[in-house]
Amino acid sequence: MNNISNVVVVGIGNEFRKDDGVGLYVSRLIREKIDRDIKVVDGVPDGYALIETWDDSSRVFVIDCAASENNSGTTYRFDALKEKIPGDLFDGFSTHSISVVDAIELAKTLGRLPKSLMVFGIEGNDYTPGTLLSPEVKMAADQLVEQILDELK
Amino acid sequence: MKSKTIKVDYLARVEGEGGLKVRVKNNKVIEAKLNIFEPPRFFEGFLRGRKFTEAPDITARICGICPVAYQMSSSHAMELACGVSVKGQLRHLRRLLYCGEWIESHVLHVYMLHAPDFLGYQDVIQLAKDYPDVVNRALQLKKLGNDIVALVGGREIHPINPRVGGFYKVPKKEEMDALGERLKWGIDASLETIQLVTTFPFPDFEQDYEYVSLSHPDEYPLNRGRIISSKGINISAAEFLDYFEEEHVKHSTSLHAKVKERGRYHVGPLARYNLNFDKLPEIAREAAIKAGIGKSCNNPFKSIIVRAVETLFACHEALKIIENYEKPDKPCVEVKPRQSTGHWCTEAPRGLLYHHYTIDDDGIIKDARLIPPTSQNQKVIEDDLFHFVSKNLDLSDEELTWKCEQVVRNYDPCISCSCHFLKLNIERE
Repeated sequence: MNNISNVVVVGIGNEFRKDDGVGLYVSRLIREKIDRDIKVVDGVPDGYALIETWDDSSRVFVIDCAASENNSGTTYRFDALKEKIPGDLFDGFSTHSISVVDAIELAKTLGRLPKSLMVFGIEGNDYTPGTLLSPEVKMAADQLVEQILDELK
Repeated sequence: MKSKTIKVDYLARVEGEGGLKVRVKNNKVIEAKLNIFEPPRFFEGFLRGRKFTEAPDITARICGICPVAYQMSSSHAMELACGVSVKGQLRHLRRLLYCGEWIESHVLHVYMLHAPDFLGYQDVIQLAKDYPDVVNRALQLKKLGNDIVALVGGREIHPINPRVGGFYKVPKKEEMDALGERLKWGIDASLETIQLVTTFPFPDFEQDYEYVSLSHPDEYPLNRGRIISSKGINISAAEFLDYFEEEHVKHSTSLHAKVKERGRYHVGPLARYNLNFDKLPEIAREAAIKAGIGKSCNNPFKSIIVRAVETLFACHEALKIIENYEKPDKPCVEVKPRQSTGHWCTEAPRGLLYHHYTIDDDGIIKDARLIPPTSQNQKVIEDDLFHFVSKNLDLSDEELTWKCEQVVRNYDPCISCSCHFLKLNIERE
């Protein structure tokens, strides 16, 4: 990567709802492991704030927990500038706010997309109160951390 | 047609889960109910047995939009119980924190949740296609509110820095000064917001409300003042339960509040504005008059204008606090527990928020009572629906449903706070 300083990693989720916190687990581990200066954002207050984490020159990685019918630990990768992300894969922040997918759609409408935007989802299983990830979700998260670090080399 | 049913399963752009049912028989509205089915949240129960210092952090978790309001009402109530008063720059910092929350919450509602109603869009993403500059302004203004809360409160949502007695740490003068230029932009952006929302089409709908809000001789109400009403109430927070009561109704997991003697009452931006117009800074009074709402406004649809005026007030007030800021020597005052009861009200973005706590000599919470604004506004929302549908039965079902959703959104209800979403169900028989 030529310009590492423009990299933005955003983890999304609720760390107190077990697997929902997988996005934050990934962003924090990347911060710990990376040997260069990048911007890591552990959670955003709502979907609108996601747009504020980047500018048009940013290379962005967004990681969130996904909820569909697939096996937990399944990892999804979307190039948000080239493909449409299924709207029902990521839950919204709240009824007052907008989801990750809607926030990206809003950024697109406003002409505020970054230079590159990769969105990763890891299928969760357990959303009960607690801070531990399910084993298969943690394993997928550890693999994703290595994958993103490789991409940033 | 005399008999039909209109149904909207989920009314979007409100916080929480609930439904709405309007029954029309022989072209007369016979019932309008706000059904709230969000499960009860038991926060008052969680608080019992916890330390008095934990109340601001526990109650902040009630709401992701107005956590500061919960932190302020709980901190003040505990300090009153312990005989302590937080003054000077620490009080100003609390007021600044609250201004940040008002900006954040009001901008979210004005632009993202309410404006699409008036301009005929399903949501803010559709709105952004035709009004990109407006939505960009909203995002920037909302971020300003978020950044104030983050600076003073430690983070944007569920701040971690406020505590009983003040704060864990206070910002440096230069950190505060960095917000100055942005707040000057915020004042201009708020004026543009008022100009925009004034052009919206408003239904002709005025109601005779009993407005209830805080009032203080020296300032537009946020953290302090007496509770007054447009029908003569003038009491301290300690007397709140002598004048107001909550009752359980079958169709809601949220209690309905009423004035004991008279029934429904109205809290929130319209109430604050009508009872405290003269306390607004000159720039906000002038902008409001220019917007044509006068010194009093009784059309709930125009609450969007009042929210815009209050956003202007909050930016102006925040700038004033920042310009006069001197870093206090200590971030908090010491608060020693004693057996006592403390009552306090502050003005959350959606209206009056009452807290009362009884603690023992060790500071253990023995009893807690929280009455949020949406509980207080439920009866008045139902009453508005009743009268609005009665006046507009000639509208098509589709249009009437759309307008009924607006009637509810006029109050920016936070159902999660009150219990405590919205399904709309109009039955015509």
